[in-house]
Amino acid sequence: MSRRSLALTAVLAAGVLVALVAQPPVAGQTSSAAAKPQAAAKPWTPPRTPDGRPDLQGIYTDNTVTPFQRPKNLGTKEFYTEQEFAELMKRARQGDIGEEGNLGAANPQEVRYDLELYGFDRSRVRFGSNRRTSLIVGPEGVVPPMLPEARKRNADRAARNKGHEFDSHENRPLSERCIILNQERIPLIPGANEGNLVQIVQGAGYVSILRETNHSTRVIPTDGRPHVPKNIRFYQGDSVGRWEGNTLVVDTTNFTNLSAFQGSGENLHLVERFTRVADDTLVYEFTAEDPTTWARPWSAEIPWTRTRGPVYEWACHEGNNMIVNILRGARVAEQNAAQKR
Amino acid sequence: MRTRLSDSLIPGGLAVGGLVLVATLATAQTPAYRAPRTADGRPNLNGIWQALNTANWDLQGHAAAKGPVPSLGAVFVVPPGLGVVEGEEIPYLPAAAARKKENQANWAALDPEAKCYLPGVPRAAYLPYPFQIVQSSQNILISHQFANAVRVVNMGAPTKAPGDSWMGWSNGRWDGETLVVDVTSLDERTWFDRAGNFHSDALHVVERYTPRSADTLTYEATIEDPKVFSRPWKISMPLYRRVERDARLLEFRCVEFAEEMMYGNLRKKPGN
Repeated sequence: MSRRSLALTAVLAAGVLVALVAQPPVAGQTSSAAAKPQAAAKPWTPPRTPDGRPDLQGIYTDNTVTPFQRPKNLGTKEFYTEQEFAELMKRARQGDIGEEGNLGAANPQEVRYDLELYGFDRSRVRFGSNRRTSLIVGPEGVVPPMLPEARKRNADRAARNKGHEFDSHENRPLSERCIILNQERIPLIPGANEGNLVQIVQGAGYVSILRETNHSTRVIPTDGRPHVPKNIRFYQGDSVGRWEGNTLVVDTTNFTNLSAFQGSGENLHLVERFTRVADDTLVYEFTAEDPTTWARPWSAEIPWTRTRGPVYEWACHEGNNMIVNILRGARVAEQNAAQKR
Repeated sequence: MRTRLSDSLIPGGLAVGGLVLVATLATAQTPAYRAPRTADGRPNLNGIWQALNTANWDLQGHAAAKGPVPSLGAVFVVPPGLGVVEGEEIPYLPAAAARKKENQANWAALDPEAKCYLPGVPRAAYLPYPFQIVQSSQNILISHQFANAVRVVNMGAPTKAPGDSWMGWSNGRWDGETLVVDVTSLDERTWFDRAGNFHSDALHVVERYTPRSADTLTYEATIEDPKVFSRPWKISMPLYRRVERDARLLEFRCVEFAEEMMYGNLRKKPGN
């Protein structure tokens, strides 16, 4: 990736930075105009939908350079200073960043593609940041340690599959089968650039959330109804929503034992909160709780930035040559091994 | 009992012709159903809807027939049904008509529905599973229980499709009480039903959703594809609201049910 110096404009809105990238024709141009944080920011009031609900609608990206978990060397440091953050952004743009910044596919050591061609070029991407050192909030900033019973549960599952990883499609991960891709799982966690778009459309009594990855769509009722009965389980659980002031709160239970978000089990209880804090920013928070997996609940906060569409159709299963090639490759390898004997 | 003509409501001097005239006038004056409005003043199509016919088996009328899996007996047969095609005929071009026959003869192996592929338009509207309309001013999102299929109908100024897709690109507008959706750029691999009715990449569909009562819509779709059909043709059917309490779409990512059929031949043989 060619080195570029880019103009970085940081606008602080209710404590959230939105980094916009200008694309200057001339290299060597560097300017930084960071607005000072307003001492007493008035809480922003979102516009309302015609039926009086906070209007969360639009197309957003959850792109960010903030890593999911906090790098160990940062300890309990939850926020960068403005200066530290500006420096971090500069290094991120130049591809010079370690675990403190999540470049995903743009990580120079992991480059497999021409980043510009495939739209992975981070220098062209809008993203939001709240100067956090990790998406997971709190003094630890990491997923809590797994309880022994969860470790055993996950180890047993891996052990059952050991030596059988390529026997059939049933032994492959859900993502490879195009049943649930990682980036469409809830809670929504950003991946490497592509597929990070989310579109929200609100109708009377429902909020629909469409994640571009695998066209994953949730239509969430906001009428205070109960969850479906306990015996009915879904990969993405059962979500019911309610409004608390300007925040959409979504409560999800009824996961299967294959949902396994971060190694959790079917008792996972997820609470997501969606709050629009500026015209072009929505703050997405989640709290994950599973007493059979973690000793305590843990939370993360991810700023979403309004962006242009379109949201493309991601038809994973319809084009899934990957799993066919993987299984066929395994059968060919077995044949070859058998012939050698 | 004798009834004098002058005792009727018909003005004196008008006979049978007059009766017919009055009847016609009375019909013309009956207003079409006017749906309740959304907060932004549009006919309210929000809700969970489902077709209650055999269109997904065969758009044309058909008697009952045995299904492809004899061991399932009467559980899985082709049920009888009247057609939804106006004029009954689907106007295939000669070469296309031959291909339809081939599709139909081998439908269980060829039908993209069996693979849990995205169903396309208009088939998604009459699959035997519910779908949900989430209506806002700028966009109408239609979410389908089958395969988590979805499309977003743009209600602003029409936009151009960035490329082909299985569920097509939808631009919508209001025409009185009717939502009109213009769908283009549809992937050619979808079918219209389990009877092998198909199309090319030139397919263009214009849908009309018209409320006909509090809990029913009339769904019409005009289908145009000059590579396959000699003229445009039209289907129409009612759609019914799912009125049970707490009605909702349930997760039905049917991929795992199609995998054995699609990848079973790649399973490791025992003893290898």
